[in-house]
Amino acid sequence: MKRIAILISTVAAWVTAPVWAQGQDLSEPVGEGGEVEAVAVEGEEEDAGPLRGTVTDESDWQDLGIAIPAFATQRDQATPANAQGTGALGREIARVITANLQNNGLFKPTGPDRLPQPSFAQVRAPSWGSWSGRGAEMLVQGFANARSDGRLVVGCYLYDVALQDELIREGWVVRPADWRRAAHKCSDLIYARLTGEDPFFDSRIAYIAETGPKDKRVKRLAVMDSDGANHRFLTLGSATALTPRYSPDYSKILYLSYVDGNPRIYVYDIGRGTQTLVTENSNPTLAPRWSPDGRHILYSMAVAGNTDIYRVPVTGGRSVRLTSAPGIDIGGSYSPDGSRIVFESDRSGSQQCYVMDADGSNQRRITFFGGRCATPEWSPRGDQIAFTRIAGDFNVAVMTPAGRNLRVLTNGWQDEAPTWAPNGRIIQFFRTTRNSGRSALWQVDLTGRNERRLPTPVDASDPAWGPIRP
Amino acid sequence: MKRPITTILLLASVSTMAACSREAPEELPPPPVDTVPTPTPTAAPPTQSTGPSIGSQEHFQAAVGGSTVIYFDTDRFNIDSADAAALQAQAQYFARYPQLTFTVEGHADERGTREYNLALGERRANSAKNYLVSLGVSADRIRTVSYGKERPVALASNEGAWAQNRRAASVMIN
Repeated sequence: MKRIAILISTVAAWVTAPVWAQGQDLSEPVGEGGEVEAVAVEGEEEDAGPLRGTVTDESDWQDLGIAIPAFATQRDQATPANAQGTGALGREIARVITANLQNNGLFKPTGPDRLPQPSFAQVRAPSWGSWSGRGAEMLVQGFANARSDGRLVVGCYLYDVALQDELIREGWVVRPADWRRAAHKCSDLIYARLTGEDPFFDSRIAYIAETGPKDKRVKRLAVMDSDGANHRFLTLGSATALTPRYSPDYSKILYLSYVDGNPRIYVYDIGRGTQTLVTENSNPTLAPRWSPDGRHILYSMAVAGNTDIYRVPVTGGRSVRLTSAPGIDIGGSYSPDGSRIVFESDRSGSQQCYVMDADGSNQRRITFFGGRCATPEWSPRGDQIAFTRIAGDFNVAVMTPAGRNLRVLTNGWQDEAPTWAPNGRIIQFFRTTRNSGRSALWQVDLTGRNERRLPTPVDASDPAWGPIRP
Repeated sequence: MKRPITTILLLASVSTMAACSREAPEELPPPPVDTVPTPTPTAAPPTQSTGPSIGSQEHFQAAVGGSTVIYFDTDRFNIDSADAAALQAQAQYFARYPQLTFTVEGHADERGTREYNLALGERRANSAKNYLVSLGVSADRIRTVSYGKERPVALASNEGAWAQNRRAASVMIN
């Protein structure tokens, strides 16, 4: 099957975009940030690697008091990252780290606005006495300097105050526009060191931004950082957009658009601002998904009312049909090793979850508890499947890949479409309000205890959390 | 029946919204592409003595006695006897005006997940289409499209509203 390219101007802002570009409903392309380069930063002891100390009390890390004073700067300099210079930028970085650790219910951080500011020299040699006197068990210090080429060097240090030892340190070189990524990298460093879990803060989320009344909802493709910053609309809203999925390398987004009047899956190239149909076909295509290696796309296609799951190489070519049962087979989420796919099917009479091998063989139902199973998503760790459990209300639940150990994590009226954090510890979903139809993004951790709403500029649905950025 | 009036009001507000959005596109982008033909200002209202023109949605609506929409049970897509009667009326209209083409829009209520409902709406639209074809309407005159749960006509979250939203609506293509 051939793919057709829809060429869109790569430079025009949408207000001045040619009519034929707006006809594709595309906003101006969004450059996907620069590289983050890791650099060695100096520690307390010259020529020695970071000391790998032991956290004072591993079991109670969630109650750890963490002090995060403003990052210092060697010389306060102008930077495009902050109108007040690198000194003020250092305070902003500490605020972002504090918010990251606080909002996820992981720690009890104290941020820069309630703490004294260390000097640049003190970043590598903390004044232990003043921090232990404040009851801080952990101390995060750092610096933000502007290089001669305009790039920023951000250093991040984690200290155990009781041991008076450095636990870990790392530095990054970023473009001024990417200063928040350095703050997220530092958050990830701290989180991973203290919990032993994989990082997740330096990641992005694609979702659907919703405005307008319930019967005339405008639905636009949008993206943002994991903390809601750097928000962008990618479509204009003249056509309904639904169900986005970031590619594993963040270069593309799969999503459904009604731009030609029919529901069809497009592959949107973020850097170029162009999109192509996933398959050239007159039938509606739905529910796009990436393979873990980013080389294949799963999509569902309705032919004469019957919906099945297909796989196509991302470079185009022949689609392979994976399911053939009468009824609706839809969605699909790969296991992290790419060997299996969990999907939903109503072949038994109601929506239930099934697992098959990646070539479509060995299809078997895994859900046999009360209620229905929809939108299954395999955890990046491989040990859990999150899904929408329909039993009257919709709730987000998890189970093992064998369909055991069901745990319902949320209790909203309509909680739908879970998506995993890159480390498989947190699940995002969207919650719809009864009657008004208003929707918002929420997240919950695997304990079900830490639930919170994510701030978005307008109503939101269909979150898709991308992987950790390199 | 209140449905014809609701539909007209709905169409009117769609066009009003489109007009507003041109003034402030950043704040309020245009509504989703709508395959429902927007009534032109010159279109005669149904109360006028001349009547709606052949092939307009109003003409179709009047000719089939409001039976432009059929309704489904929860998570079902079968054609029941009430649906069959409505589709027979539609088939007679399309037999009388063989030059007309139309779209069957499939919809679902909000009590299903988004992707599944898109597939379910597609099934419902195809059920209606297949029944019309069995009554002699040529398949190439019938386009189908599913809107899933994205375009409700009844806005409350209760059984009555959901019943109105589980539907397949036949809409004239101008």
